[in-house]
Amino acid sequence: MACLLGAAATLVQAGAKIEQWATPAGARVVFVESRVVPILDVQVDFAAGGAYAPADKTGLAGLTRSLLDMGAGGLDEEKIADRLADIGARLGGGADLDRASISLRSLSSPREREAALELMRLVLQQPAFPAAVLDREKARTIAGIRESDTRPASIAAKRFFAALYPEHPYGRSATVESVERITREDVAAFYRAHYGARRAVISIIGDLSRAEAEEIARRLTEGLPDAPAEVSLPETAMPARNTVRVDHPATQAHIHLGLPAVRRGDPDYIPLLVGNYILGGGGFVSRLMKEVREKRGYAYSVYSYFQPQKQPGPFQVGLQTKREQARDALKVVEDVLADFLARGPSEEELGAARRNLADGFPLRIDSNRKLLEYLAVIGFYNLPLSYLDDFPRKVEAVTVADIRAAFARHVKPEHFVTVIVAGD
Amino acid sequence: MTRRLLFGRLYFAALALSATAALANPVEKTLANGLRVIVQEDRRAPTAVHMVWYRAGSMDEVDGTSGVAHVLEHMMFKGTKHLKPGEFNKRVAAAGGRDNAFTSLDYTAYFQQVPAKRLGDMMALEADRMANLVLGAKEFEQEIKVVMEERRLRTEDNPQALVHERQMAAAFQAHPYRRPIIGWMNDLENMTAADARDWYRRWYAPNNAYVIVVGDVNKEEVFRLAEKHYGKIPRRALPGRKPQIEPGQIGIKRLVVKAPAKLPYLSMVWKVPALRDLNKEREPYALEVLAAVFDGHEGARFARNLVRGAQVAVSAGAGYEATVRGEALFSVDGTPAEGKTVADLEAALRAEIARVATEGVSAEEIERVKTQTIAAQVYKRDSMMAQAMEIGRLEAAGVRWRDIDTLLEKIRSVTAEEVQAVAKKYFSDASLTVAVLDPQPLPEGAAQKSVSAVRH
Repeated sequence: MACLLGAAATLVQAGAKIEQWATPAGARVVFVESRVVPILDVQVDFAAGGAYAPADKTGLAGLTRSLLDMGAGGLDEEKIADRLADIGARLGGGADLDRASISLRSLSSPREREAALELMRLVLQQPAFPAAVLDREKARTIAGIRESDTRPASIAAKRFFAALYPEHPYGRSATVESVERITREDVAAFYRAHYGARRAVISIIGDLSRAEAEEIARRLTEGLPDAPAEVSLPETAMPARNTVRVDHPATQAHIHLGLPAVRRGDPDYIPLLVGNYILGGGGFVSRLMKEVREKRGYAYSVYSYFQPQKQPGPFQVGLQTKREQARDALKVVEDVLADFLARGPSEEELGAARRNLADGFPLRIDSNRKLLEYLAVIGFYNLPLSYLDDFPRKVEAVTVADIRAAFARHVKPEHFVTVIVAGD
Repeated sequence: MTRRLLFGRLYFAALALSATAALANPVEKTLANGLRVIVQEDRRAPTAVHMVWYRAGSMDEVDGTSGVAHVLEHMMFKGTKHLKPGEFNKRVAAAGGRDNAFTSLDYTAYFQQVPAKRLGDMMALEADRMANLVLGAKEFEQEIKVVMEERRLRTEDNPQALVHERQMAAAFQAHPYRRPIIGWMNDLENMTAADARDWYRRWYAPNNAYVIVVGDVNKEEVFRLAEKHYGKIPRRALPGRKPQIEPGQIGIKRLVVKAPAKLPYLSMVWKVPALRDLNKEREPYALEVLAAVFDGHEGARFARNLVRGAQVAVSAGAGYEATVRGEALFSVDGTPAEGKTVADLEAALRAEIARVATEGVSAEEIERVKTQTIAAQVYKRDSMMAQAMEIGRLEAAGVRWRDIDTLLEKIRSVTAEEVQAVAKKYFSDASLTVAVLDPQPLPEGAAQKSVSAVRH
């Protein structure tokens, strides 16, 4: 119980009472007042990630996001960059499978804060998508794709997603051809269709009041395009068990193994997380690390994780090993996995995992930066506001039977996909 | 287990020299055995960072055993007289914590992030392995394989890392920065447990280390705990350190690295002064500002002129780290845009430097660099780890945390004339080393053809 009190105290100490409301335009807001450091973080997440791009225009979501701050509201990209630099503010973000994000970090002093938020407002509401900038960014993106298509790690990651989701947008990645095809009208249309307030979640944390946060959220969302609320993504299908081998001259084989596994908000997520800590998520104390690295010296890095998304995101095991021993290393991984699926963890392992995850919970939220990412996920995926408060208690309640049952439901070997790049 | 810190690419680490101003108020105490303990109270959450830094990095190695500093870092998790191999990680995990370590040219450091009430347990663990490490042959045999895998991952199969490795080896002929932190593969293949043992005996002493604690702690309590856990470890005589100063370079050096890749890459490094005397020297601060004028933010010159303006590069950067134990380099690098060559990019990078030398920089640009510096200091207060890292890095270079504000003031006092002066003075070909990645096509069919098979 001590740890539970500790966690609750953390939230109180950091002022981390999570509040939620909707703006008049229909965007959801998640807010934490935190007065410890004179800074402000704002992140806006839209349902505008890669999964929403047309199949023949992969790369469109990322390009649209990256062009937002390259000309907006009558300012060209140089002026935007200068104004940010003048006040020491930083704009960041990007696009993943589900989300396109724009984040702002600023000093909370009034002059800096107001100037920074006004820039963010212009970037969100009045992006210009200049044709010349689009051409340049397309060229840079294509150069990046050509380069990454020579790198074993990138090749392995792309092949893995393609094999997991052969018919689903999650399996697609940008190609030279798809990016070449993208026009300015595609970008503008994608923006108009996906950057609406009803598809947006605004996460705010920092040195400001609820009233100030309400005003900021209202201003940031009132002039967004009138886009329809989100349409759900297509269902994923389970792949048949298969192995993909890709030739490459690298000295190390890059190996991925996994399957589509779990949605955000799935009640099984906590037992999966606790189980995976034991299997391959707990760093040096995980089974995979012990068997593959510590006992045999097969790899520097070996891990497993669940990546929950709107539709079932991957469970993934990964490692890199000298190409000559790829088969042996993979065999060890498969044996560890099979044993874990068959028997689950021991009570001792479970106790250690619960202690680490529950007692170490304050480490997950001991900075505004870390808390902001949780707020964004809670808001975007409609998780309960009590998610963080509940986390240690739910972890403590997980049993060996829960883990076995959750893995049996979500990690079925008949759907395992294995990708080996540069293995002998 | 290791995050290797690359030299010369850490702009913010270099420039953002710390705003201890409002919140930060470190205090320190030196134990009788010479161990310094630096504490910064930060009460925002019930957590703490505990770090132990040893003033022993790859620059302290000798030929034939390159990489031993880093190998020892790995072996520090492999058991002591009191703990079995792997037990260290287990105990940190049981405390709800996370831990890791990293080796650089200048130092080796270990850390745990834990609930603050477990700080004493972490000190007990670190103190134990400071004094009682067991370097068993069997454990060594497994772990050296892991380190070789790490080298394959970070260097052998990473074309730009290969360029940097070979470039350092070319730029320095006498100074130990010529050796890669991870070690040459052949040295790793021939390393023995005895090499690691020698290294440990030589450098792992309380009087060659310092402890940093940032978090929800009481400083007096931290000092008491430190005394209890570290206080009994005896001081030891440390080996002398030779300066090994690099003889003046007397002409341009050029090298080519061929590796599988699509895009070429260019890296240019000049030998420039490091910061040795905080108060007497001015040029290192001016070089830091120059690096920021080139690459300190999205609106800085390289992104504006080379990536967006002339579009000669898809990316371009600049870096300089003033606070180092060894020698300092000013680096510029980049990848040419489609249809441009490394020669085009080299000319463009040289032209940017020449333009500062002849035309200077604007007051606005200088002001922006200073604004970035101040903002970075405030942002750093959001992270206990960042605060601990800043103190640790500076102390490794011999700069005391007390001087962090001085460094910041110095950066803010740099004038446009001083920036122009260093741009004029330090970028001659005589001290330049240019390295180029010459991308090699993958073998016919590689990365395209794949075989898909159903398994039974």
